[in-house]
Amino acid sequence: MHAFNFDAPTSLDDALKVLAAHGEKARPLCGGTDLIIQMRAGVRRPEHVVDIKQIKELRELKFDAKSGLRLGAAVSCIEIHENAQMRKHYPGLTEAAHLIGSLQIQNRASVGGNLCNGSPAADSTPALIALGARARIAGPKGEREVPVDKFVVAPGRTVLAPGELLVQLLIPAPAPHSSDAYLRFIPRNEMDIAVVGVGASITLGGGKISAARIGLGAIAATPIVAVKAAESLIGKKLDDAALALAGRLAAEAGSPIDDMRGTAEYRRHITSVLTIRALTIAAERAAKN
Amino acid sequence: MSRKTLVDAKINGEPTEFLCEPRQSLLECLRDVLELTGSKEGCLTGDCGACTVLIDGRAVCSCLVLGPEVQGKSITTVEGLADATRLHALQQKFLEHASLQCGICTPGFLMSAKALLERNPDPTEPEIRYALAGNLCRCTGYDKIVRAVIDAAKTLRESGTDRAAARG
Repeated sequence: MHAFNFDAPTSLDDALKVLAAHGEKARPLCGGTDLIIQMRAGVRRPEHVVDIKQIKELRELKFDAKSGLRLGAAVSCIEIHENAQMRKHYPGLTEAAHLIGSLQIQNRASVGGNLCNGSPAADSTPALIALGARARIAGPKGEREVPVDKFVVAPGRTVLAPGELLVQLLIPAPAPHSSDAYLRFIPRNEMDIAVVGVGASITLGGGKISAARIGLGAIAATPIVAVKAAESLIGKKLDDAALALAGRLAAEAGSPIDDMRGTAEYRRHITSVLTIRALTIAAERAAKN
Repeated sequence: MSRKTLVDAKINGEPTEFLCEPRQSLLECLRDVLELTGSKEGCLTGDCGACTVLIDGRAVCSCLVLGPEVQGKSITTVEGLADATRLHALQQKFLEHASLQCGICTPGFLMSAKALLERNPDPTEPEIRYALAGNLCRCTGYDKIVRAVIDAAKTLRESGTDRAAARG
């Protein structure tokens, strides 16, 4: 691995000062499960590595029934899974966090880091998109918020400008009779990268769907939101015809590629199947809330 | 750039100071600086689990941790499992069940199993297989390893070895 300097600031102000001072030459480190591998391979060569795990705001996991969830960017996947409120209110996001890699990886990796790594196949990002999450970003010019579906701009690239840091993910409180689900397809039971990942959230009212959001992974250059598929459900009962249409529209929302994990055609097919299944699970959960 | 940093951590219960460059992984620090060579280098990408150690009781791949990150932390390696005269029940049961051949993966399996049993003294077989999913074995196969963990869990429960003692 190349040589670099290491800082572990204990406050957000100190972290922003270090990041501002070194700009593009600095890279935040959270669990290191992507960054250390990339540095070892020479793909990323930051001169300054800034460990952000000791910053209070980035370690926060706070749920409020009115204001929703503040999820610090450095909260580990296992901390999310072990949190009873997360499992109850955001089961889809929680299951996404709990299927990233092995326990060794989940003990280190964070949902914030998964987002900032910018992979099109990130498991937790479609789950965040389905929940309408916003990214709270701090930087030299102050704070800003970006919807998570606009956060990744190209494979491995995000909206973060030099000196900026993802502080927290802000997720609305779940509406009554709503819930979420995340499903991914891999050829094995565990420990693989998504061929397709689908996050879905649904709100029921009077036996019909009053709101829905669908996030898709690994079927475009970035994780995407499937707007038409979700809108097609509004005001309908979640019957076979409604599900089939939403599945077809979700498959059409992507621009998948052929690669070793599957062909574009296969990915579109799987997107449709997983969308139908994720919506069904989210609706079953929503009916109990 | 990249001056050496002094890191102060507890390693297998002993307060330990060591010097490392930021680019040195925890695995390199353990093996090359502290001469604790029980943790093995496998893939260096977090896939194989041969380098698994515990940081504050949680299993991690030490190849994906930078040395300076463990400042103030408590590290347990395979060297910390046995006491002076007696193998840990997991080690003993791995021997009895012939759960190793080449042995490279064994320290990692032992540490993942230890992390599991500290949290869950009576795991089901699927829970054991899930907890060991991040550890790869290419010669013994997994069945004997799973049998050893089931047996070790039973021994630890019956011997009344409490979880604090099992933590070493």
